[in-house]
Amino acid sequence: MRIAVLSGKGGTGKTFVSVNLAVTAKNAVYIDCDVEEPNGRLFFKPQNIKEDEVHTLLPRLFEEKCIGCRKCVDLCRFNALSLIKNKPIVFQEVCHSCGACSLVCPTGAIYEVERPIGVVESGFYGTVQVVTGILNVGEASGVPVIRNALKAENAEKKTMIIDCPPGSACTVMESVQTADYCVLVVEATAFGLHNFKMVYELVTLLKKPCGIVINKGDHVYAQLESFCKENNIPVLCRIPYKEKLARIGARAGIACEEDEETGEQFLALLEKIKGEVEK
Amino acid sequence: MKIAIPVNEMRVEAEVCVSFGRAPYFLFYDTESRETEFIPNPAAAAQGGAGIKAAQAIVDGAANVLLTVRSGENAAEVFHAAKIMVYKTTKVTAKENIDEFEKGQLAQMTHFHAGFHGKI
Repeated sequence: MRIAVLSGKGGTGKTFVSVNLAVTAKNAVYIDCDVEEPNGRLFFKPQNIKEDEVHTLLPRLFEEKCIGCRKCVDLCRFNALSLIKNKPIVFQEVCHSCGACSLVCPTGAIYEVERPIGVVESGFYGTVQVVTGILNVGEASGVPVIRNALKAENAEKKTMIIDCPPGSACTVMESVQTADYCVLVVEATAFGLHNFKMVYELVTLLKKPCGIVINKGDHVYAQLESFCKENNIPVLCRIPYKEKLARIGARAGIACEEDEETGEQFLALLEKIKGEVEK
Repeated sequence: MKIAIPVNEMRVEAEVCVSFGRAPYFLFYDTESRETEFIPNPAAAAQGGAGIKAAQAIVDGAANVLLTVRSGENAAEVFHAAKIMVYKTTKVTAKENIDEFEKGQLAQMTHFHAGFHGKI
């Protein structure tokens, strides 16, 4: 079972929900796809870490083979190549590593080299495998790192918790692509609802079943409730605001292990998700 | 010498377009023959890398000089490689800026802004 946790708005509690779900499931793989700012590892402090470098491909030129035919420049849909004095030059930040230029080159003048853009770390917190995608600072796209992090496939059919990046851009689509179910963490505010609608549209478009967790949901926000009702979105769980939880979070503790009520809540949440997936 | 200018319309009195990469047209002006030519910017609606593609059109048009309000650093790299000089416009219309340039009143561009794309 692959569960993706996403939110639209940053800071609603994706990592909080993901970490606690993984710990509750025990036999789980937690994958941090928020590669620009992965912070699940701050809570897990995983042991026995193994690192794998992530590369992307970049075209290079055998100048003596190039006949200046311009096919590569004209084909590149990202406009990452230009032809100056009959030789192509490559703009590496614009290149999407699709490889089309090397395929179309009639003389084999273009070859591809690997360029490191980040790492995927894998370690353990008890029985929970903790996988963290980390994008190098200044890199434009985290998609290749996410793709590699998600490859941490498990043969034992463990529960997989995918902690997604905020927003609803390419990185989020990549993160939820293989998910069986999406948990949308929502904040009961106007801003929270606005961004929730965007991710809800995204998961609907990708035809993923989903349910919501309302974080700091002590009070009823009528617009959110009616939106969920109208669209038949199940409210899986409401986590009330508690100073105790904030304190646990601030020192990077794991709430379901330290607070009994929260522990029970996550157990119930995990069961509900399993039920929804089986539907 | 051939001068290129990003313009909003296909006439010499047209305003210089504030965007280089997304300008609708490019004006080419030959200082010797005094002939003008207009081409649509192939990068006007590009999804990304517009500056690079637009700069390619300037190179392909065999311009020696570009007069523009601003330019990004990727386009600047193309101009540098192709030895095209970039000057900053000071007037509103293409014609006024050509006159200024021919009087030696325009200064070379020293600041090229960072790209807006690839930062998704």
